[in-house]
Amino acid sequence: MTDQAYNFAYLDEQTKRMIRRAILKGLAIPGYQVPFASREMPMPYGWGTGGVQVSAATLTPEDTFKVIDQGADDTTNAVSIRKFFQRTAGVATTEETDKATVIQTRHRIPETPLGEDQVLVYQVPIPEPLRFLEPRETETRKMHSLEEYGLMHVKLYEDISQHGAIATSYAYPVKVEGRYVMDPSPIPKFDNPKMADCPAIQLFGAGREQRIYALPPYTKVVSLDFEDHPFDPSKADHACDLCGAGESYLDEVITDDAGGRMFVCSDTDYCRARREAGHLGAQAAVMEEEAGA
Amino acid sequence: MYVAVKGGERAIDNAHAWLAEERRGDTSVAELSVAQIREQLSLAVNRVMAEGSLYDPDLAALAIKQARGDLIEAIFLIRAYRTTLPRLGASEPVKTADMACERRISATFKDAPGGQVLGPTFDYTHRLLDFKLAAESEAPQASEAEPAKGQTPHITGFLNREGLIQSEPESDETPPDLTREPMELPADRALRLQSLSRGDEGFILSMAYSTQRGYARNHAFVGELRIGSVPVEMEVPELGFAIEIGEITLTECETVNQFTGSKTEPPQFTRGYGLVFGQTERKAISMALVDRALRWNELGEEDQGAPAQDEEFVLMHADNIQATGFLEHIKLPHYVDFQSELELVRKLRREAETQSMPEVAE
Repeated sequence: MTDQAYNFAYLDEQTKRMIRRAILKGLAIPGYQVPFASREMPMPYGWGTGGVQVSAATLTPEDTFKVIDQGADDTTNAVSIRKFFQRTAGVATTEETDKATVIQTRHRIPETPLGEDQVLVYQVPIPEPLRFLEPRETETRKMHSLEEYGLMHVKLYEDISQHGAIATSYAYPVKVEGRYVMDPSPIPKFDNPKMADCPAIQLFGAGREQRIYALPPYTKVVSLDFEDHPFDPSKADHACDLCGAGESYLDEVITDDAGGRMFVCSDTDYCRARREAGHLGAQAAVMEEEAGA
Repeated sequence: MYVAVKGGERAIDNAHAWLAEERRGDTSVAELSVAQIREQLSLAVNRVMAEGSLYDPDLAALAIKQARGDLIEAIFLIRAYRTTLPRLGASEPVKTADMACERRISATFKDAPGGQVLGPTFDYTHRLLDFKLAAESEAPQASEAEPAKGQTPHITGFLNREGLIQSEPESDETPPDLTREPMELPADRALRLQSLSRGDEGFILSMAYSTQRGYARNHAFVGELRIGSVPVEMEVPELGFAIEIGEITLTECETVNQFTGSKTEPPQFTRGYGLVFGQTERKAISMALVDRALRWNELGEEDQGAPAQDEEFVLMHADNIQATGFLEHIKLPHYVDFQSELELVRKLRREAETQSMPEVAE
């Protein structure tokens, strides 16, 4: 079968319409998980089928599309999803955050602040923030409708009493507009503050779990905490060894078998742009040399 | 020295090329044709059709070939293709009482109208490897008899006449479609059966087995197991009446279960039901047992807390395409989340060390 046999952005128009309705409902009730009839996609559940369906329903032929996985444009699954939409939608693609109109992401929010003309689509594995406290969907839906979030606060409190700190480092729960507790997808908690008051539309798609939720622009998003244990968006206490950025989220890379390691920006586009602008990190010179050799 | 990893795209292309070569295997061995798979691996084809929810033996055979015999992968290929197909309409409900049975057995009655027909079953074969198959080229021939005339009535119908088995509420309501609407819990029986019918054979089998071993035990008799072809009819709006558009092979199992009665129901037998595409009797029997276990609530039985009674547990974990996708996705990169865990563990350890320091100093 040729690619022409598929509709623009793969899904048929009726399916896209159904997804758009779920997105609109999600935007109308920020943080509320809207059930939707997720379709089997030509990539496995767990590979971002929710995000892919939301992107498919969002993209127009005029859009410029960017895909990141772990902050990087060149990780295999990001490459694969970008190729999928190049092939089925023929949209322009970019690696530059500020040139993209739709950005699909797994596990990161770009470092470059997003604008009003952008849509950020998150891939979500488990949309239910209460799932690991209560495995039953029938129960957690009830807890959300009753705004019964005591269990979550008890969990955070127990963390503090056992470990002296809240032992959640990614997928850190947030409260949206003072109402719904929401799972921000497995982004590091470092990224949580970027969700708040963001000019871009943020859409969350969970394919296997058949849920869509959303944050309209400039939504109040608060990471759960206690007055005496305020939320701490920590990151590695280093600067990027390639571009010298001190404020970006870093990946730790093992460089030899004697404990050698370096820290580099997880956002590859941010790091590249900084290096092109002349910023240099501690090991940038070494890298240039090696690349040249 | 670290150089940012580029070339994901080339790696993917190369992986795909290698995969294609591996799929073909040794080229000095003749290539399998789709028709060979369809005809000679027909039970695999049946499983792929059943769990792929698409009745097309040729496509299922193609999927098995493409998936190198990995049936879950083949089911996935079929599901992904199926979602792209337009819906032209819905068929009339098939009438399994009209089935042209090639196999029909009852474990509850020695004989019954329509008779016992063993059909092509492994049941009484001795599981001895047949080394002749490694070489044999002669096609086996079975003797033939006249097909039975008229309908083969359902065994449970005989029990129903005496009021010994609980009757099911009749409804002409269109059942919900699991592939077009999100699963909603609690699910009604139609939705449960739909989910079980396309659920993973291994999962449904183990769930059914667990009820036999005492986790919500409800001894099941196979009232009837029948395999055969049924006509599929569809009403064409331009004609105003239903016409036959084809035939499909189905396996249907009705179990008869003990029931001593409850506050709301008199003592009588109850039913479990299984209906699956193709010759798939292990699946159909398993489905009937799990169906029965899930009916505890509507029959006023006790919740024993057994896994097979737990609708949410069974229905949310029966789909092997969902399960395998989520399970296998953990091999995708997670270094961002892992990094944040690393930082957290280091921080907690630092704090633990500083707290224990004074004691060390003493």
